[in-house]
Amino acid sequence: MALEDYEIVIGLEVHAELKTESKIFCGCSTRFGDRPNSHVCPVCLGMPGVLPVLNKKALEYAILAGLALNCEIAEWTRFDRKQYFYPDLPKAYQISQLDYPICYRGFVEIPVDERLGTGVRRVGITRVHLEEEAGKSVHSGTSLLDSTYSLEDYNRSGIPLIEIVTEPDLRSPVEARRFLETLKLLLEYTGVSDCKMEEGSLRCDANVSLRPKGETGFGVRCEIKNMNSFKAVETAIQREAERQAELLDAGQAVVPETRGWDETLGSTVFMRSKESSSDYRYFPDPDLVPIVVERDLVERLRGLLPEMPQQRRRRYVEELRIPEYDAVLISGSRPLADYFESVLAVYDGPAKVVANWIMGEFLRLINQRKIEIREAKISPERFAALLKLIDKGQISASAAKEVLEEAFDTGEDPNDIVERRALKQISDQDELAAIVDKVIEANPRAVEDIRSGNHKAIGFVVGQVMRETRGQANPKVVNQLIRERLGL
Amino acid sequence: MELISKPIHELIGLLETRAISAEELVRQFLDRIDQVEPKLKAFISVDREGAIRAAKAADQARSEGRACSRLAGIPVALKDNICTKGIPTTCASKILEGYMSPYDAYVVERLRSEEMVIIGKTNMDEFAMGTSTENSAFFPTRNPWDLSRVPGGSSGGSAAAVASGEVPAALGSDTGGSIRTPAAYCGVVGLKPSYGLVSRYGLVSYASSLDQIGLLTGDVRDCAIMLRVIAGHDSRDSTSVQTEPVDYEANLDEEVAGMVIGLPKEYYGAGIDPKIMELVLEAARTLEGLGVRVEEVSIPTLDYALAAYYVIAPAEASSNLARYDGVRYGCRYDRATDSVSMFMETRGRGLGLEVKRRIIMGTYVLSAGYYDQYYRKAQQVRTLIRRDFERVLQHCDALITPTTPTIAFKLGEKTEDPLSMYMSDVCTVAANLVGIPAISLPCGMHEGCPVGVQLMGRKFDEARLLRIAYAYEQASGLQMKKAPVA
Amino acid sequence: MGLTVDDVRQVARLARVSLSDDELESFVVDLNKVLGFVAKLEELDTTNVEPTSHVVSLKNVMREDRVQPSLTVEEALANAPDRSGDYFRVPRILETDQ
Repeated sequence: MALEDYEIVIGLEVHAELKTESKIFCGCSTRFGDRPNSHVCPVCLGMPGVLPVLNKKALEYAILAGLALNCEIAEWTRFDRKQYFYPDLPKAYQISQLDYPICYRGFVEIPVDERLGTGVRRVGITRVHLEEEAGKSVHSGTSLLDSTYSLEDYNRSGIPLIEIVTEPDLRSPVEARRFLETLKLLLEYTGVSDCKMEEGSLRCDANVSLRPKGETGFGVRCEIKNMNSFKAVETAIQREAERQAELLDAGQAVVPETRGWDETLGSTVFMRSKESSSDYRYFPDPDLVPIVVERDLVERLRGLLPEMPQQRRRRYVEELRIPEYDAVLISGSRPLADYFESVLAVYDGPAKVVANWIMGEFLRLINQRKIEIREAKISPERFAALLKLIDKGQISASAAKEVLEEAFDTGEDPNDIVERRALKQISDQDELAAIVDKVIEANPRAVEDIRSGNHKAIGFVVGQVMRETRGQANPKVVNQLIRERLGL
Repeated sequence: MELISKPIHELIGLLETRAISAEELVRQFLDRIDQVEPKLKAFISVDREGAIRAAKAADQARSEGRACSRLAGIPVALKDNICTKGIPTTCASKILEGYMSPYDAYVVERLRSEEMVIIGKTNMDEFAMGTSTENSAFFPTRNPWDLSRVPGGSSGGSAAAVASGEVPAALGSDTGGSIRTPAAYCGVVGLKPSYGLVSRYGLVSYASSLDQIGLLTGDVRDCAIMLRVIAGHDSRDSTSVQTEPVDYEANLDEEVAGMVIGLPKEYYGAGIDPKIMELVLEAARTLEGLGVRVEEVSIPTLDYALAAYYVIAPAEASSNLARYDGVRYGCRYDRATDSVSMFMETRGRGLGLEVKRRIIMGTYVLSAGYYDQYYRKAQQVRTLIRRDFERVLQHCDALITPTTPTIAFKLGEKTEDPLSMYMSDVCTVAANLVGIPAISLPCGMHEGCPVGVQLMGRKFDEARLLRIAYAYEQASGLQMKKAPVA
Repeated sequence: MGLTVDDVRQVARLARVSLSDDELESFVVDLNKVLGFVAKLEELDTTNVEPTSHVVSLKNVMREDRVQPSLTVEEALANAPDRSGDYFRVPRILETDQ
């Protein structure tokens, strides 16, 4: 058998950092990138005598995440201690949730991998639970294997995390990547997490197994760790599936293992066997009291959720009448969608016009300047004002691009920029007619060409008018006038 | 004037009227410490300079007429598992030798806000695990009444310090009897408050669901005064309850006639020294003489309390002590070349035998395959014990029992057999399992050693409990006298 | 009971506590005695009894998401057995720790 004869069964375990101001069990700042060990206190250092107190916002964010993932929200939840020894774990236990996670039994829908079929795949979310981050180890040497010492920075220790576990419902590496992209989008919409794998605010482990097509039982699975991007997740799962297929084809069994993705080797490598997996000795944390989750709170939080990507996409297509492609692109980023809608709110022209400019010039400038959408200085109102100028024919499209770029960087009113830089387009018929007549008179040969059927020469005449007006003539009006004057 | 045998409630008056100065007071206690410490060894650290400085500051405030607490200048000692800035907090363990906490425990903040003088940190069983203070990694403390005997544990240093006049009051901690047992053995008053009444923030955890900070004092009135200082809600402890501040001293001498006190027959079985039984029953009769109705009750699940305790406490301890790994603080075994052996040797060498024993035990009962059979089972039995106590405390205002099955035993007598040591806790552990307040009071002497009677009350009903204790104390005429420390 | 020297050795490893051979042997005896003693818990019928995890009936104890002052880097590292600059330093980490 070859890999195509097997069905790949994938489950993902994702950890996402929550964007609270302070840590989950103490008041230290969660800010990233500052001096090592500058955001620590006795609690997140696990010093003798300290006790944890839950950050309300972390709980609320976890519930929001659960709602975005269509989960049920527990009526009663509590924390458990997960015990193991590692230098980056200050208390030698992680406060986590085992038996009563805050959210459970949800789902996310993604498009099925086209090579497997069509339609939508419903990926079950087994649970979403709260836990705390550990500190960060920096190893001397080039890798863990050849280091002689490690350095510990506990700034990250105690940052709130949600752990999201899926049912083994994914069926291909492509679907795994799609799931992650969808998850990132959903969490971005709720505002609870940045989900930046490259920055460490999102981590993903995968459980991969194979079974002959048509079978319903599960094969032996391996856990894959150490994947640093969505692409790496896709590639790693692919390689692992190939590895397992090779073993099974050779009549060998897959051994339950934890394997690490090695980017340079392009394969997964053995880390540890599952037989010797840790006994975490979970028990309910006696220092934290249970949480009764009032339904009022859940409903209030549900009300705080923005319109989610799927609904937004549908509304853009059905109500705003913009193409599916545009709808997908714009709704694919909450800040972009919000900006788009803010412009629409103050612009009375067609949504497609806004969409074009947002997807085109606006996004180009965002990418070029490498900034976040909220850092763009041009307000939605001013953006709409610019579009209005174009609609009224007061500036040309190319002039508008220049104005947009300037307003993007300075926030200045487009009207002022147009004034200041004298970019106003001349659209006045009478004014232009006079110039057109002048140019026609001055270019008899071109006129001859036009009259004899060479309509390309119209462009030349338009060009001359543009020269006369130093580019400010409205080319559409000029073109129309020329045709009129020459009786075309 | 000799001050070391005076209770706090008298010292307050003397300070207020300027009959004495705080400096004079503190110096007397420091002299007493110098005098008896060589034999007693109740202290791990004595902060002589800090104490005199604080005493002088209190005198200054009073002489300048500045508002200050009535307790300002009065010295107090703290068990060495309570975090203090500026004085090491060692928990009597090599692994924390020299450790300087960057923060004060809640109770220490409260003592400082009353301008009391923290005179030093007292000896204890390492990490509060023990019943004799012989498990201290540094040295044992001796019983002031008989230096060949133990002072009890794990707050042995605090009890011995109060009993011998080194300090008028001391804070201890009680997880299975660690305040009450030494109180009984040393002849002082020892109170374990209701769980949740006193913040555990800054108490080095042994068993989180059982630990409470409490008091060792010379008499009940002092205990009431000090309880008001340390009780109170603390937002840094999620298990700290919000209660209205109570003036425990206010109604101390109110009538106790008409109250009902239960005598749980399971506490009076085999294993209790008959002479102790006799003294405790005499105490019950004294209370009857005051109009209290004493009736026999039965708490059948009591027989399982010790077993439940010795599963739950080591389990939680094994988790709470896992952080002592040599990475961020404490002593580290520095000849390890990898993290695993560093952890193993740091803990293997830095932790004492009893601590290691309980960690192994606790790890075992939490491990896969054994959790349900041991830890979960013990917590279920705990629920049954709680229900039993709740039933009995419906109509009983308090319960009266011996505090310990024997008088203080000789040093070294029980160290070879851990299980026999554990048996000393048989009368005390239930109060921790259930979370109710319990107080030990001197009720007589036997073979030259003090004997304690224990009263247990309803949750957060310390006011009533202290009233009963006070009534007994006054009627018995057995207010503590300071041990001569021969 | 059934605790063997191997059992205790394994648990000691799990708990990261080194034991001398003498300690190992005596612990086997002690622990078996204690386990024998606590076995009496099985005499009680605990069907449908909720385990106690707290003796206070508090619920929903939480704090606002507000940043509070942290320790200074020096304070944080003040008790460090070994440090390098702003970091705590430890000998090389073995993967099997996790």
